[in-house]
Amino acid sequence: MSTLWNNYRYLFLRRFTQIGLMLLYFGANAWGWTILQGNLSSSLVFGVIPLSDPYAMLQMLAAGAVIATDLLIGVAIITVIYMLIGGRAFCSWVCPINMITDAAAYIREKAGFNVIQKRQPSSRSMRYWTLGMGIFISALMGVTAFEFISPISMVHRGIVFGLGFGWAAMLIIFLFDLFVLKNGWCGHICPLGGFYSLVGKFSLIRVHHNVDNCTACMKCKTVCPEKQVLPMIDKESLPVTSGECTNCARCIEVCDDNALGFSIRGMASKNLEKNNRTGE
Amino acid sequence: MSSFNPQNEIRKMKNEEFSDRRKFILNMARGVGIASLGGFIWSAYVDEVTASELTLRPPGALKEEDFLKTCIKCGLCVEACPYDTLLLSKPGDNKPLGTPYFIPREIPCYMCPDIPCVPVCPTGALDEQSVTTDGELDINVADMGVAVIDDESCIAFWGIQCDACYRACPLLGEAISIEYVRNERTGKHSYMRPVVHNDICTGCGLCEKACVTEKAAIYVLPREVALGKAGDYYIKGWDKKDEKRLENASEIKTTTELSKKSAVDSLNSGLEDLY
Repeated sequence: MSTLWNNYRYLFLRRFTQIGLMLLYFGANAWGWTILQGNLSSSLVFGVIPLSDPYAMLQMLAAGAVIATDLLIGVAIITVIYMLIGGRAFCSWVCPINMITDAAAYIREKAGFNVIQKRQPSSRSMRYWTLGMGIFISALMGVTAFEFISPISMVHRGIVFGLGFGWAAMLIIFLFDLFVLKNGWCGHICPLGGFYSLVGKFSLIRVHHNVDNCTACMKCKTVCPEKQVLPMIDKESLPVTSGECTNCARCIEVCDDNALGFSIRGMASKNLEKNNRTGE
Repeated sequence: MSSFNPQNEIRKMKNEEFSDRRKFILNMARGVGIASLGGFIWSAYVDEVTASELTLRPPGALKEEDFLKTCIKCGLCVEACPYDTLLLSKPGDNKPLGTPYFIPREIPCYMCPDIPCVPVCPTGALDEQSVTTDGELDINVADMGVAVIDDESCIAFWGIQCDACYRACPLLGEAISIEYVRNERTGKHSYMRPVVHNDICTGCGLCEKACVTEKAAIYVLPREVALGKAGDYYIKGWDKKDEKRLENASEIKTTTELSKKSAVDSLNSGLEDLY
């Protein structure tokens, strides 16, 4: 039992926050709870504090909408939070699509689809193109372009307000990730992931690697949905510097040698400098 | 000792053909190509899904064009509605995805005096100012749509007495009034026809909900759909107020240049035959 907890503690916590947040939103609509109202696009905490999706606001700006004060406050709060805890913490701790794509990635690995399809024919920087294109099309068409196709808000709204054919969107993402492209949606296409990668570029909470403990088993690289962020494994004791890391902590859990862990950026880098100095 | 190996030569040539510069250009072209492919599909889709014009919005909603820009699809208005009137459109509803709307025949807008759905809007897509008179919220100036009567299926127009819509109207006697017209068929009775007054009607849909016919004979449509526009050419000369409309009228100039020469030429052509 304790090994189960040890090997999946962050996964449990992530599912707990993901489902918990969704339950709060659902309760707000179904039973009139006022802890967290609205949805991931924009919400109200305790009926007072606004929270809003900054990428949606950028699209509104591009489309030529007048931006309200409440929206600006909400966007500021969300941006600051994710700048501190790691932008893509949204992806692995909040976003409901994460559970779908995690499931697809798990089946993909276990069933062996990764073996028959080794080549990944697509670049991970595609998300920055979609990010830009969302803004561009918003400006061109005068509507918030990504908000009308976003499977994230579709699924989330579906859970809170009724799904309709939203299950089809979920299935499309699942099948795409399972059979077309590994980590396809979250790791390649999603513009919101791209946006939060940029927001979290300089975030404080980081995964750190300790090369002295590393046995080069590469379990972390296998489990990581964004393995390009782990170039230092078995090479150097460095923190993950890329904003594309989702802080999902799967690497920390699968590591049997205590070579990976969370820490605060500034403090750890000081320690590292010390190590480097003594090492040199 | 160097022996000529054709295989190696071909390989070398291929490598030279695909220099770094060429690879870079090809990759750029591929990126731009895929981006425009995606962009076109994306734009076409967005254009299609936002084209639904038969959508009734909550009170205070901006004009549809601005509403689609400004609504963040959070559903706070839907949660605020005490009657579950407002719905958030989901895939399959064939309405702009995630935006709030209502179906009056199912649940109309009950026109709460405190309009809970409007002040909660974080983006101003539901504009408090547009439902405010003298600094206080006033649902009676809301403009969700306008009721339209199909006089062929309205039984009051047949001569059967029914004033369900008139009675249901929250602005009783103002938005819908009853017009008495002599029934020539019987010679003894009167038609009691409902008449909607467009300038007062808020489009709440209580009349549509109350209508007794199988499919409602009075129903709410968005104003842009239901109403015509006389334009600046026609004026009620007997109505001082109507002339005010012309204050902002814009001049229309004909840009086609008339050529006198061609007209004269046309008259003079073909004269050769006369002589």
